[in-house]
Amino acid sequence: MDYFIHIAILICIYIILAVSLNLIIGFTGQLNIGHAAFYGIGAYAAALLALSGQPFWLGLLAAMFFAGLGGLLISVPCLRLRGDYLAIATLGFGEIIRALMKNWTSLTRGPLGLPGIPSIEIFGITFSQPWQFLIIAALIAVIVVFLIRRMIKAPFGRVLRSIREDEIASQSLGKKIINYKVIAVVIGAMFAGVAGSLYAHYISFIDPTTFTLQETILMLCMVVLGGLGSIRGSIIGAALLIIIPEPLRFLSLPSSAAAALRQMLYAIILILIMLYRPQGLLGERRYTRNSNAVKKKRGVASA
Amino acid sequence: MSIAAQLIANGLIAGSIYALVALGYTMVYGILKFINFAHGEIFMMGAYIGWTLHVLWGVPLLIAFPVAMICCGAFGYFLEKIAYKPLRNAPVWAPLITAIGVSIFLQSLAILIYGAQVKTFRTGEVAQGLHILGAIITPIQLTIIIVSTVLMVLLWLFVKKTKIGKAMRAVADNREVASTIGINVNKVISVVFVIGSALAAAGGILVGMEQNLTPTMGVSVGIKAFTATIVGGIGSIPGAVLGGLAIGLIENIGIWFIPSGYKDAIAFIILLLMLIFKPTGILGRKKEEDVRG
Repeated sequence: MDYFIHIAILICIYIILAVSLNLIIGFTGQLNIGHAAFYGIGAYAAALLALSGQPFWLGLLAAMFFAGLGGLLISVPCLRLRGDYLAIATLGFGEIIRALMKNWTSLTRGPLGLPGIPSIEIFGITFSQPWQFLIIAALIAVIVVFLIRRMIKAPFGRVLRSIREDEIASQSLGKKIINYKVIAVVIGAMFAGVAGSLYAHYISFIDPTTFTLQETILMLCMVVLGGLGSIRGSIIGAALLIIIPEPLRFLSLPSSAAAALRQMLYAIILILIMLYRPQGLLGERRYTRNSNAVKKKRGVASA
Repeated sequence: MSIAAQLIANGLIAGSIYALVALGYTMVYGILKFINFAHGEIFMMGAYIGWTLHVLWGVPLLIAFPVAMICCGAFGYFLEKIAYKPLRNAPVWAPLITAIGVSIFLQSLAILIYGAQVKTFRTGEVAQGLHILGAIITPIQLTIIIVSTVLMVLLWLFVKKTKIGKAMRAVADNREVASTIGINVNKVISVVFVIGSALAAAGGILVGMEQNLTPTMGVSVGIKAFTATIVGGIGSIPGAVLGGLAIGLIENIGIWFIPSGYKDAIAFIILLLMLIFKPTGILGRKKEEDVRG
């Protein structure tokens, strides 16, 4: 039973990660492949505060604040540039954050990690049992999904989508697109911080190896599989990609081979979806391969 | 032996590898305006193919080297045809995500085939280093510098003197106009992928001869080489060489000042600084539309 609760908790955490990443990639069209860095910043912020005896909500706020700050730092310089530069810059940002986690030993204890992070305690009630934790995680996941949904349905979300479809057109309508892009990245990063805080409290131990590029690829894969620009899709993508590789555990493979097989599965999903079903399982159908709008956007004239 | 001379020598050696890999990024970008994320993994593949041929099957290095380059060149050709060409008219992020997928696929494939443990080309003892201008340089390191220089000169001649090289420059300038005067754009794109991949493979074997092979070796070299292309000015071939040497030097001299644990982060910090202050790079063209959305 505990095993299923464990899976369910992981799904909740990854739903938060996938939906927040979708806000940045799917709705705003900014390819961020450093999401694990925001997740990690959140986890470390929450863990360090919890270990120094601060209450859960303060750690959660700190996780959101520092992850959001990271989002601000990376997005302000890069969002003036073409989309693919943001991809590389966020990748680099992720590696810098991981180098900090590994080397800033006075704060993070480096590769030794931070053990003994206490369970969540709210109003004097300690949520130490897995099922108790599941309630908290599910509640927070629902709140995050609800908030992002509201944001997308609001005029703010429509501007984000217009930026994704055609930056110049939305600019010509008087929208300050840089501001919108920065806000989207910061909000996405803040929610990734929330997921990080949950993860830290749940596993009770964090170290730099959790927050790697592979982790971002997993989140990206969830978003792409479910459909860029579909919140329901991200939820389903997160659930599927947590559940599907589980049977691999029961094959008695050496752990490195099992991890490699999982990664390969994610890679194949990414490639096939992009080639044959770019809108993912549930995504809105936005472009056809040779449509005029797309040609104008990327192809002949600018190339 | 002085430390400064040694650090500069190390920087030039690392830099010539980054330059080889950077050439692939910059040529592909110049023509397709697309960052081939899987390029670092082709570098890794080159190293492993070379290792398989040379160490596992006992093929002499002089044959294994060009064979690995040809294999990776062919791989680059099919990669473009299968994974990137169908997405040429899709939004920018679509081929990027595909390329990320290809890169992860190749990494996990290497782990499954070769295991995660390091492999090495070295069989005997490391040869005695030569003293050159106060730095100690091993014969392998000397080979790295000579081979990479020769390859870069060959590429330069190819781009400047041959007809297809001229076509490459024309397509990079303006794809539409180039195709109206009868240049076969698809052929040029294929040639660029083949050459870029072959050069990356060469870099992979050269690194493999000196250091260890790991399935993830392409990631950090890939990102450093990409930084090199940005520093030199993306799309510019001499810029890629200059940028590669610059990154190699800065990184190796940098560990003089900051803890070596941060060595890999240096390139990223340079990348971010360049993107903020001079996204067109040192030799990049002033045309803003190249870089900005």
